[in-house]
Amino acid sequence: MGKQGGDSTRLINEQGIRLDGRKIDELRPIKIEVGILKNADGSAFIQFGKNKIMAAVYGPKEVHPKHSALPDRSVLRCRYHMSPFSTEERKNPAPSRREIEISKVIREALEPALMLEDYPRTAIDVFVEVLQSDGGSRCAGISAASVALADAGINMRDLVSACAAGKVAGQVVLDVDDTEDKEGQADLPIAIMPSTNQVTLLQLDGQLNDEEFSRAFDWALSGCRKVYDLQREALIGRYFGKNEKPMEIEQ
Amino acid sequence: MSAVKKVFVVEQLRRAQMNELLSRGVRVDGRGLSDRRELTIQTNVIEKAEGSARVKLGNTELIAGVKVNLGTPFPDTPDKGLLVVSAEVLPLASPYAEPGPPDESTIELARVADRGIRESGMIDVSKLVLVEGKHVYAVFVDVSILNVDGNLFDATSYAVVTSLLTAKIPKYILDEKGQPVKTEEMVPLPIQTIPVSITQARVGEHMLVDPAAEEEALMDARITFVSDDRGNICAGQKGMPGSLTIEQVLQAARTARLKGEETRALIKQAASYV
Repeated sequence: MGKQGGDSTRLINEQGIRLDGRKIDELRPIKIEVGILKNADGSAFIQFGKNKIMAAVYGPKEVHPKHSALPDRSVLRCRYHMSPFSTEERKNPAPSRREIEISKVIREALEPALMLEDYPRTAIDVFVEVLQSDGGSRCAGISAASVALADAGINMRDLVSACAAGKVAGQVVLDVDDTEDKEGQADLPIAIMPSTNQVTLLQLDGQLNDEEFSRAFDWALSGCRKVYDLQREALIGRYFGKNEKPMEIEQ
Repeated sequence: MSAVKKVFVVEQLRRAQMNELLSRGVRVDGRGLSDRRELTIQTNVIEKAEGSARVKLGNTELIAGVKVNLGTPFPDTPDKGLLVVSAEVLPLASPYAEPGPPDESTIELARVADRGIRESGMIDVSKLVLVEGKHVYAVFVDVSILNVDGNLFDATSYAVVTSLLTAKIPKYILDEKGQPVKTEEMVPLPIQTIPVSITQARVGEHMLVDPAAEEEALMDARITFVSDDRGNICAGQKGMPGSLTIEQVLQAARTARLKGEETRALIKQAASYV
């Protein structure tokens, strides 16, 4: 992340409008489709701004190699991968250290929501493929993966919804995109289980003071809740028809 | 090398005991919930390195060494020097460590340590440029983990920070043909701030600062925050397949800033940095 705020009015103008026309507390357009891959047990496609990400779930299934099976629960495995054509410069298809770390944090973000104890001696594989990346791909990937897990019929405590906030041109903003991530000052991706307000992913790159951290965290939480509504809508649309309205949840 | 977390056989028995103790505000080794283990830092332990530090955090022990050479900048940052932090759990560090390429935990460890240094702006990389776009200083900090007893994240960070604070790097100049040549002069790195990492583990409902291996074996979730000397939070990472409440996250950030002050003083003292 670039430290220099650069020309501060370039990223956010005097009217508080960002480079892509958004307000500082506005999400990019989000579209989620469920059950898009025939072979997978569960799948989802998310468009989050220019991010185009596919998530597929296989399992619960037999574990290979056998010795990695657990006697009392399922083993969750996760692969986050970027297609070579997903970025400005071609990305080497071999998994990078960044992708290995993100695979790990995505797995750890999803795991609290899954009732893995219901599927002993099995494995559940989650594949997150970034077809086009636009900043915030780990968050979009988590949101898609959790919908795919629900589509696969895996027992879950809640969906996992993810969103980032950050700091751009000296201001806290919701949902940092690619340009803002590269030229901005901070990026705070988080994931939560919205019904229980449990935080399952949190990373921070860049400097935030006390007040900025609280605000960014708060905005990211509200972003997660908006993503959650869209995830529910997508699942309900897939299984009950488009006109069904999501149930109200008592808080 | 999965030395970072291993499930001990007696895990469930210990968990009951630990929870009972924690409910009284005491940890298995007698510490309070927000107490760090004893931290000792030795500097300049490797003469051939430009800077080095040996850190003991309880029984966790490691060495960081700084090596500097001249390199080419990344095409997208021609006006910045290179700074690379990496870590390796050596096979001698734990009965569970095995030789081989780094596993995901070790990759995460190195990347989080790197993030804290980079994002805090500890080193002013814009001052590490000899010829823009062509010749820049490349600062490599490698951490060798010698004994694993929990909280590698903080121990790694302290060692990296101290080794950078004490490093003296060779000064390069340009000769008449514009080619860089190494001089005998040794100069300190352009330091801007001292970042301090504070990691906490959630065991049940309790947040424990600086978890030991035994506590890490039972933790549900882990959270690391790095703060700089102006009280900014500059890097963070939640880890492990468990969750945290919103209040736990905010409290962890506050604790990191508060506890970071103490540790920063200790690092400064060890590095004779004023």
